Amino acid sequence: MSRPAGVLRYGLLPEPLIFERGAPGRTGATCDPTEVGGPAPVDVLPAGLRRDDGLAGLPEVSELDVVRHFTRLSQWNLSAATTLYPLGSCTMKYNPIVNEAIVRSPGFAALHPLLPDAWTQGALELMDRLAGFLRAVSGLPGISLQPAAGAHGELTGLKMVRAYHADRGNPRHRVLIPASAHGTNPASAALCGYTVTEMPANDAGILEVETVRAHLGPDVAAMMITNPNTIGLFERNIQAIAEAVREAGALLYCDGANMNALLGVAKPGDMGADVLQFNLHKTFSTPHGGGGPGAGPVAVSERLEPYLPTPRLVRDASGLRWSEDFPKTIGRVRSFHGNVGMLVRAYGYLRTLGGDGLTDVTAMAVLNANYIRAKLADVLPLAFQTPSLHECVFTDRDLDATGAHTLDLAKRLLDYGFFAPTIYFPLVVPGAIMIEPTETESKQTLDEFIAAVRAIVAEARETPELVKEAPHATFVGRLDETRAARRPVLRWKPPTADPG
Amino acid sequence: MRYTPHTSAEIAAMLRAIGAESVDALLAHVPEALRARASLAALPGGMDERAMRAELAALAARNRADGLAFLGAGAYPHFIPAAVEQIAGRAEFATAYTPYQPEVSQGTLQATFEFQSAIAALTGMEVANAGMYDGATAAAEAVLMTQRLRPGRPLILVARALHPHYRQVIATYLAGIKDVELVEVPYGPDGATPLPTAEQLRRASCLVLGYPNVFGVVEDLTRAAEVVHGEDCLLVSATAEALALALLRTPGAAGVDVAIAEGQSLGLPLGYGGPGLGLFASRERFVRSLPGRLVGETVDVHGRRGYVLTLATREQHIRRERATSNICTNQGLCAVQVVVYLSLLGRHGLASVAERNLRGAHALAERLRGVGTLRFSGPYFNELVLSLPDARRRWQHALGQGIVAGLPLGDWYPELEDTLLLCATELHDAAAMDRLAAALGADAAASAARAGDRA
Amino acid sequence: MQIPETLRYSEEHEWVLVEDGVATIGITDHAQEELGDIVFVELPAIGAEIAKSATLGVVESVKAVSDVYAPVSGTVTTINEALATKPETMNEDPYGAGWMVKVALADPGDVGALMTAQQYRDFLAREQA
Repeated sequence: MSRPAGVLRYGLLPEPLIFERGAPGRTGATCDPTEVGGPAPVDVLPAGLRRDDGLAGLPEVSELDVVRHFTRLSQWNLSAATTLYPLGSCTMKYNPIVNEAIVRSPGFAALHPLLPDAWTQGALELMDRLAGFLRAVSGLPGISLQPAAGAHGELTGLKMVRAYHADRGNPRHRVLIPASAHGTNPASAALCGYTVTEMPANDAGILEVETVRAHLGPDVAAMMITNPNTIGLFERNIQAIAEAVREAGALLYCDGANMNALLGVAKPGDMGADVLQFNLHKTFSTPHGGGGPGAGPVAVSERLEPYLPTPRLVRDASGLRWSEDFPKTIGRVRSFHGNVGMLVRAYGYLRTLGGDGLTDVTAMAVLNANYIRAKLADVLPLAFQTPSLHECVFTDRDLDATGAHTLDLAKRLLDYGFFAPTIYFPLVVPGAIMIEPTETESKQTLDEFIAAVRAIVAEARETPELVKEAPHATFVGRLDETRAARRPVLRWKPPTADPG
Repeated sequence: MRYTPHTSAEIAAMLRAIGAESVDALLAHVPEALRARASLAALPGGMDERAMRAELAALAARNRADGLAFLGAGAYPHFIPAAVEQIAGRAEFATAYTPYQPEVSQGTLQATFEFQSAIAALTGMEVANAGMYDGATAAAEAVLMTQRLRPGRPLILVARALHPHYRQVIATYLAGIKDVELVEVPYGPDGATPLPTAEQLRRASCLVLGYPNVFGVVEDLTRAAEVVHGEDCLLVSATAEALALALLRTPGAAGVDVAIAEGQSLGLPLGYGGPGLGLFASRERFVRSLPGRLVGETVDVHGRRGYVLTLATREQHIRRERATSNICTNQGLCAVQVVVYLSLLGRHGLASVAERNLRGAHALAERLRGVGTLRFSGPYFNELVLSLPDARRRWQHALGQGIVAGLPLGDWYPELEDTLLLCATELHDAAAMDRLAAALGADAAASAARAGDRA
Repeated sequence: MQIPETLRYSEEHEWVLVEDGVATIGITDHAQEELGDIVFVELPAIGAEIAKSATLGVVESVKAVSDVYAPVSGTVTTINEALATKPETMNEDPYGAGWMVKVALADPGDVGALMTAQQYRDFLAREQA
């Protein structure tokens, strides 16, 4: 759509790359390199170790250039603070602002990770109390706060599984994973040297214990299961599955990605889980940051506790301290102690809500998802009729005749001012549209969203081109992903730079 | 309840629409045996914002973040201009997620593209990805990448002078991977790493060197690249203090194949060690073996420039068990914060801060001349290893005066028991250095006097 | 959709053209259509020995990765280097400029086991039924 020259769309100003702003020699902030004396770099670094390009390729801009540039960029984003962001499985709930304030307090922000433990008792106490919350919610006794994200927690958990079996003489070869699993499950298993066997669910979207039994064997190290699964359905055979897994000498890995549907409803420890990763950025509301940082603490059963990453927190007469004294540990999975900034935010959230508030989180998340399900099921077919919890999955199969598909519906939602649901996942549902409203959305917002989806389905039937060419109201139109992948341009290059 | 907005009338209306009697009825399909044990009533109750902040303030007060510490060793105290956190903390960046819908995520995408460009420039490498968890995991991913590029080579050569957390994480990641052996390459008297034998290099997929290494010493990557490439092996440089790259010959210019770094120094607070940011840069021809996210430039249907996630077929959501990594995030907000910092300081500001660090550490060494001696003779940036008799007791003495005199390196290297690893950045002024010298030196004088008494 | 009469076809949607004991291999029009815009092609090294049904290469679209399985056994003599910079050729001309590899046949009998154009047409009809 062309616009008259010189007329801007309100609120969204154009902006070049930061490298295309500024002027040679301009700078936003500097410091006096000589304020404490000391030799110049040329006097102490041999020529062969010194940089000689004057940092060519970095920006030369003023502070105002920077502020304006990134402020404008930020306005090109939709975010959970801007609008409903119903990305299924990602749990884009409200991220309380107070938690941003507490983490910026110098007492946490300026704390060096190698300070003596006596100097960091506040941080250690917070981490220990957070571990207590996670223990209570998961029903599992061992906690490590080290993993940096959910996928990192999976890796940590499976490394422990491997160490457990290796300790008993045979690390085993295979991991069982339902076909609806998130892609990180098989990728994490492969990183731990395991091959993956996928298992189908039944016609109701639920995994049967017979299916699991048929795939179990002495070479199976673990089974990974997400509960509720990625379709939002509670795996009601979980206890029988856990028993079968246990009888086969394997361990049960529960992917905690959907833990926000279980608070006060069921504890993974009671389901028979040996290991679970939390996604604090989902369940406990730390901001997603456009793709991290998250935090992926793991909780484990008693038999896996010896293998937890080190260092671990221990308490003695002088208080809390870090200990490396766990001979069976899998070792470190990252530097220092974890994404502590995210742990502080999650702790603030947990303290704010308390036990009752957490129970309410799940109840209201389930109510909201079921409300959307009920209000849309007549215009979009559900993938499964089975009762669902915190998210609901539809398909686009009724729209085949219109030529508009899931992708088009998603793009059209952007024109209505909403972010799109998760689409084409899980892979087992063709044309999947996975909606997770979360507990923090009001009925009013949900009604607006429902009305938008219904209007778009009607548009798809009446004016399919309008939907297929969407979005129309966004800052840029549909982008050519094929071109990006065929001839990758992954960085800006200085125009005068010497090639190679 | 806090953050859940429905009134009871709304809940009733919603239940009517659903056709359920109660919210509890929506949970009825969860087995009763599980539900019966799931109560969270034993947890403490919630609290209002004022009470919560008071509790957190009390915890923060039990941390001594404002003491005088000369600690680096993988996490570096640096000044962060106010604009950096203010701009990167904008809710539009902070509360978005993975830009699955690029049309309404151009802010995150363009900022990430700029981040990749800035990191490529900083490291002198051809391409950089959108970020990894931290330096240590980036190092482990780099090692795994060299195994994909040089399949069948059974050795991973890692300098003993590489930060021990990085070495430990590499070891954890390699556990369970068949037919690969981690070999430690010792350091020499100057603190740098003598190159392994040709025979070792021929059997190795990579050599990993710290740059600077954990002793602060600057390794000669150019020479290493020549020798390593002579045996068709790959060179990985691992930089825990990314600011050093503003002064040191770039890994790219030196011929490194994969340059990884911890980006915390570039505008991220210490935060008790995380979140940080793994920087990961390599050669264009290896791009399909890269782990992690990549943002690429393209055009929209109207021909306007725009940005998308690209080359996603490498990643777990498509390739599943054959993905280059299981990572599915990129510490996105940290990457935005780093590119804001790099933009604000820019070419000239970054160079000035780096020079201030180098000068400061050398000025500190000067002040400590009477207290101890430099353990290693190699060139250094903002960290150094000081040898002094009775190091641990003197460290304790300084602690008593509210000064953390770096890290007693014996904790990590038993053979370096009587040494301290000290770091000075632009946050350490002359007075701070004098306090450290006095605390360590006064104790030296005192212990000399005691030794005299005994004699 | 094109299915040239002169070629043989595999159930994995590859085509084979044999001339003087050398098989030229590519993917069919149907396969390229299913894959969508092809953005990257990974081919074996020249001289590589490949066994029938083993992975011969990888074809990627923006959001999918597909293995290409060897329809015959043999030694790779030539690869289509042009695909490295113009993978879209496989979409535009799958039976011509979009060929992937040439293989010196280890067992000419392999070709006899492949489908004719008519058989492939029937196979597609059954697969889509």
